[in-house]
Amino acid sequence: MTGAIVVSPLVTGMSLSSLLPAIPEISLAISACLILLVDVYFGAGRRGLTATLTMLALLVGAMLTMQYGMRMDRILLFHSLYVADPLAAFLKLAGYIAMATALFYSQDYLHTRGIHGGEYYVLCLTALLGIFVLISANSLLTVYLGIELLSLSLYALVAFDRESGIAAEAAIKYFVLGAIASGALLYGMSMLYGMTGTLDLDQLGTTVRHGPDAGLIIGIAFVVAAVAFKLGAVPFHMWVPDVYQGAPTSVTLYIATVSNLGSFALILRLLAHGLAGLPQIWTQMLIAVAVLSLLIGNLTAIAQTNLKRMLAYSAIANAGFVLLGFATGQIAGYQAALNFTIAYVLTTLAAFGMILMLSRSGFEHDEIADFKGLSSRDPLLAALMLVLMFSTAGVPPFIGFWAKLWIIQALLGSGHVWLATFAVLISVVGAFYYLRVVWYMYFEDAGERERPDTRPRMRLILLLNTAAVTVMGLLPNALLSICERVIP
Amino acid sequence: MITLGHMLTLSAVLFAISVAGIFLNRKNVLLLLMCIELLLLAANFNFVAFSRYLGQLDGQIFVFFVLTVAAAESAIGLAILVVLFRERRSINVEELNRLQG
Repeated sequence: MTGAIVVSPLVTGMSLSSLLPAIPEISLAISACLILLVDVYFGAGRRGLTATLTMLALLVGAMLTMQYGMRMDRILLFHSLYVADPLAAFLKLAGYIAMATALFYSQDYLHTRGIHGGEYYVLCLTALLGIFVLISANSLLTVYLGIELLSLSLYALVAFDRESGIAAEAAIKYFVLGAIASGALLYGMSMLYGMTGTLDLDQLGTTVRHGPDAGLIIGIAFVVAAVAFKLGAVPFHMWVPDVYQGAPTSVTLYIATVSNLGSFALILRLLAHGLAGLPQIWTQMLIAVAVLSLLIGNLTAIAQTNLKRMLAYSAIANAGFVLLGFATGQIAGYQAALNFTIAYVLTTLAAFGMILMLSRSGFEHDEIADFKGLSSRDPLLAALMLVLMFSTAGVPPFIGFWAKLWIIQALLGSGHVWLATFAVLISVVGAFYYLRVVWYMYFEDAGERERPDTRPRMRLILLLNTAAVTVMGLLPNALLSICERVIP
Repeated sequence: MITLGHMLTLSAVLFAISVAGIFLNRKNVLLLLMCIELLLLAANFNFVAFSRYLGQLDGQIFVFFVLTVAAAESAIGLAILVVLFRERRSINVEELNRLQG
């Protein structure tokens, strides 16, 4: 017998180094498995170990992404199921930073409530992996798998506090509605596949040019409905307030910020890229969804007394703004939407960080009335909250103002004058409820409320985060020029 | 002769039945989970029908992934249901009303 080595045709032409563009996902998957294992063996007594390892995994992942993932060209991998491009690298780095900040804010909160389990970190990592898969998706199959990996991790995270009745209720509502949305997405995808004969998003973009027919319109309608659900836009927003209020605040923080990056990538890859040949259909649908979201989100937020619930309706309204950016159907609009998403994530991280920092064991500090007289009790925190609320309301010179301005400019540039006018007017209405929080902090009596007891480390991170909101507002072109470079 | 149209009609009917089941059922969360399975299977049926019609394998491979994900989804749904039952001693849909908005 001669020892000839037969190389299977599956292996030829594929070396390990060709997988390097996918290093963010690979490192994240490996570290999630390792951390799960380490936590089972060593984590029981030392909960800080899992948290430190997770931070380390994020740092290593970010460094590997910087080293191998930053590329100016577009590379297809795994039979063009996966794409690595500048946008993917940028969104992934943003994902690492957002998740690390979110974990910093959450640690004390989890600790004081006795829900500091290792599975929290593992689920956050798998959710981030789902977001990364979504960011790099170049096929209907990858889009579906990314969404499901993200959603399944989030369902489990919402129900994570097993002692809390409302968390379980929020989780089951989120799960049932999310599963319906997944079903609708799959049905829409099957129609798109049937009408075009391809799952590849590049080919889908060129195949559907021949003109709309009934099957395609049905498929796009189902897909848009599912996308609106994942983003939390009206009329598929029922889950947002319940989940925001019912979930532990640290999980709400994760859903409101990190997973937003995934929703942005979903719209960009699936609609703006995959259905680029047929924009007239889905932009019409997006306009309807966006207008409803802005209207209902802003008007209902005024009536809320719970800050988490108010931020939920504010999230619905902000989803409307992102959708308006996409509804232009033009590159400038997509860039403005990316800019808006990053600005929103940055501001919301700090706003929820504030709630997490002010909460104590047995006291959530999530009623708006809990902020009464904060300026006399803790002037620094009140000033930071003032900046955050002004930024979200769209008061210049903070980052939120520029984000809204560019969306409106993109709308004007594509000839949607009425939509731009509507967006400005509804933003003024929306400013009311953000400013009410400021009013409570500065002009209401503190009453029996005491000076908050906060950790210096948390204050420092919150200060840095708010400083970023201010500095990026003072230098608005920095972020926009990055957005223009990654979405050419 | 069974044509593509028949198969698409069947899957549309399955889809409609499962959505109706989700919205009409006010009693039991377990029934919701069953309807969700049916929803995914309706979409799978579509994929297989188109895959056969187009003479490709892509759609059938997609179905394998969907089946796997559906199994994971049911597992998580049942786990949340167990947590809910432990808290409330009930899985009645109408009693899910502590969060109002």
